[in-house]
Amino acid sequence: MAALNEEQTLIRDQAKSWVTEQAPVRQFREMRDTQIEQAYAPEAFAAMVDMGWTGILVPEAYGGSDLGYLTFGLILEELGRQLTASPLLASGLVGTSALLLGGSEEQKQAWLPKLVDGSAILTLAVDEGPRHAPTKAALTAVKSGGGFVLDGSKTMVLEGMAATFFVVVARTGGEAGSDDGLSLFLVPAEAKGVSRSTRSTADSRGYADVTFAKVEVGSDALLGKLDAGYPLLDAILDRGRAGLAAEMLGTASQAFDMTLEYLKTRKQFGRVIGSFQALGHRAADMYSGMELARSCVEAALQAIDSDADNVAELCSLAKCKMGDHLHLVSNELIQMHGGIGMTDEYDAGFYLKRARALEAIYGNQAFHRERYARILGY
Amino acid sequence: MTASATKTEQGSGLEGFRAEVRAWLDAHFPPALEGVVPMMEGGADGKHAADMTAWRDHLAERGWGAPHWPKAYGGAGLDHAHVRALAQEMGRVGAINPIPLLAGMGVTMVGPTILEYGSEEQKKRHLPGIASGKVRWCLGLSEPNAGSDLASLGTLAEDRGDHFVVNGQKIWTSGADISQWCGALVRTDKTVAKHKGISFLMLPMDQPGVRTRPIKLISGASPFCETFFDDARAEKDDLLGELNDGWNVIKRLLQHERASQTSAGSPGGRKKAGALQDVAKRYVGVDGAGRLDDPDLRSRLTRHLMDAAAHKLTAERIAAEAKGNPQVGAAASIMKNSATGITQARSELLLEIMGQQGFGWEGDAYDSEELSTVREWLWGKAISIYGGSAEVQRNIISKNILGLPETTQKG
Ligand SMILES: Cc1cc2nc3c(=O)[nH]c(=O)nc-3n(C[C@H](O)[C@H](O)[C@H](O)COP(=O)(O)OP(=O)(O)OC[C@H]3O[C@@H](n4cnc5c(N)ncnc54)[C@H](O)[C@@H]3O)c2cc1C
Ligand SMILES: Cc1cc2nc3c(=O)[nH]c(=O)nc-3n(C[C@H](O)[C@H](O)[C@H](O)COP(=O)(O)OP(=O)(O)OC[C@H]3O[C@@H](n4cnc5c(N)ncnc54)[C@H](O)[C@@H]3O)c2cc1C
Repeated sequence: MAALNEEQTLIRDQAKSWVTEQAPVRQFREMRDTQIEQAYAPEAFAAMVDMGWTGILVPEAYGGSDLGYLTFGLILEELGRQLTASPLLASGLVGTSALLLGGSEEQKQAWLPKLVDGSAILTLAVDEGPRHAPTKAALTAVKSGGGFVLDGSKTMVLEGMAATFFVVVARTGGEAGSDDGLSLFLVPAEAKGVSRSTRSTADSRGYADVTFAKVEVGSDALLGKLDAGYPLLDAILDRGRAGLAAEMLGTASQAFDMTLEYLKTRKQFGRVIGSFQALGHRAADMYSGMELARSCVEAALQAIDSDADNVAELCSLAKCKMGDHLHLVSNELIQMHGGIGMTDEYDAGFYLKRARALEAIYGNQAFHRERYARILGY
Repeated sequence: MTASATKTEQGSGLEGFRAEVRAWLDAHFPPALEGVVPMMEGGADGKHAADMTAWRDHLAERGWGAPHWPKAYGGAGLDHAHVRALAQEMGRVGAINPIPLLAGMGVTMVGPTILEYGSEEQKKRHLPGIASGKVRWCLGLSEPNAGSDLASLGTLAEDRGDHFVVNGQKIWTSGADISQWCGALVRTDKTVAKHKGISFLMLPMDQPGVRTRPIKLISGASPFCETFFDDARAEKDDLLGELNDGWNVIKRLLQHERASQTSAGSPGGRKKAGALQDVAKRYVGVDGAGRLDDPDLRSRLTRHLMDAAAHKLTAERIAAEAKGNPQVGAAASIMKNSATGITQARSELLLEIMGQQGFGWEGDAYDSEELSTVREWLWGKAISIYGGSAEVQRNIISKNILGLPETTQKG
């Protein structure tokens, strides 16, 4: 754990006790069993708003507390432990970052206070195919009258059913596959021509496929620069990746704690199974891997906070190392539990399913290794 | 982070200290020694020998051979921040402190343990010699039948009133043939449980009862020996810690050892060869898009570089959490395994990158970089064996940190 200041410690402790008492994995199970469309409990998100979590990144002038990404990460880690469902990451971090990084003064004033008070939920609509590939965006935005017409569709939009508006990545020029000619637009979910459907996924999180059929927006919907939106998108995604990595850290920590607890209590051959070296050594490696991955996640969040020049490098490092680690821990969670880990009644399966989804969102390990190599120049 | 670091630097007068170091280096560091790593056997090759001796003595005079030790024992009494600043300033001009190498196990392991367990008289007698780089120490722990299970050692020390008489055999004693002193773990009571009858003796190597025989390694070097004690003599004054409390002394010493082995990568290696990815580009070439022309290697190289980055960030995090005073302890096992894994992986990658140039033994067909890569690769296999093997570290983590029951039966 990074050396935290008093305020951060307070927030972390508050998040820990709220999550374990008010939003434990049992609630996630109930949500999954009732299959509510938005895939989260509105009361839980309202409580997060009340605790100020949606305002953590937002400057005081727009109603927030401006505490930064490391602090936000502490909360996401606790949520990740219990798989607490909410649009906090998608809107409070990713959507909010989009406005902070790319918004004009008018856009910030119009939207940030609403994101903070929970009356608006803003999520990023970027991918169109099965794999994360931001430059492959083919959804078009064509100039028309004073504004633009958007045409195309997005897939697997994180918390897309909960969103009240979207940051849509559109092509205003260039070829699909090129990072040139991309632009970002703010599009209300109730705009004419927007339709969405929920995805039923193994990890029971809220994802939507969203279609934009000749959706008209004004010129004030453009977020950042026309045709040159890629660097902005990359910066928004990096914040999302660091946030996801923090959530993954929590998910992996919980999976490991459950495993360790089982190793200490389950008896076979007349002794607890944790006394078998074949398991103890793997547990030791998992623990070490966790410490190493944690350092990467915290470094990425701190780099964003201090506006360091290696944010991209560290965010790819964090997402990739955390992805590899969560992959391992989620598999060992099942394996070391033996038969009981295979049962739906036990929570282990939730962690395995969530792990794979988290690995894929905003770029899996292969994506980030490729990106890291490019950044380092080989 | 950067901002607050600068603030504390100014607060504690570090900037002034840095300026003082720079001026001192200007006056005393022989430019010919820039980047010259002292040889383990002592000093440097003929060309540099005189310079190296002078440089050593200048360092010792300031107490900068073991700068964190108290002044009274040959150190300079510097805190962690000053030690770091000193190392950084020396690094800036390519100056390497030869004293930890010249003193064998003295600066890194025996010295810190004497500081904790030694009497005032022992500290005064032994530490200044170590800190000056003139007295070299070896460690006689392992025996043919006591490796990882060190506590089953059999070398016997018998009490003869004012001294002990020592009989037995040690093995893998690094630098035994060139050391003046040995820190030896010996059995002083055979009647009690094996951990409880062990003591730590300091004994001089230059005496009739001690004989050493060098062992040649797969890398071709002979850095260590079999060490035979036949009625060797150790004074009572040279018992470190209490009689039969040697196991606690050695546990502490091994923590210092682990802590000294937690940095990944070979010293100076990076400087010589450049970053691993640059070496790779040189040997392997790149495609039209500037990517390494071997996608499989490129991917594994990335995994390795990420591991190395994670290790470095973790070392920094541990230091930050300990508020600048890294503790030797639990984290050391994690960091030792991580460091050894990364160093060994780096060697394997370098070898693969160099292709047919990566298994030369000697001769003109290979440049010095290529030849040393092969030797370092072989030597590097040792680092997951000594200082508590990789498996022993995993045992320590699973038992001491995770609280899992011990896997091995107590003997
Ligand atoms: C899909 C499925 C179908 C099944 N069908 C049947 C069936 O038809 N009939 C039937 O009778 N049973 C069936 N089983 C049960 C199955 O045989 C057991 O799950 C299996 O024997 C493991 O036992 P366990 O689940 O109690 O795990 P445990 O034995 O408690 O093992 C837990 C963990 O400890 C490890 N472990 C245990 N002992 C050691 C050791 N000595 N050294 C190192 N590691 C150790 C295991 O490898 C595992 O990772 C089925 C199980 C599953 C999942
Ligand atoms: C380069 C080098 C320098 C050295 N310098 C010194 C020195 O200066 N002084 C000195 O005293 N010694 C020194 N040693 C010796 C070193 O400390 C021993 O090699 C080490 O303790 C391992 O003992 P061993 O070689 O007898 O291997 P063993 O203990 O026999 O181990 C053999 C294998 O079994 C594994 N193993 C052993 N016990 C367990 C267990 N409980 N659980 C799982 N796996 C286990 C080990 O990990 C290893 O893979 C040095 C060794 C090397 C290679």
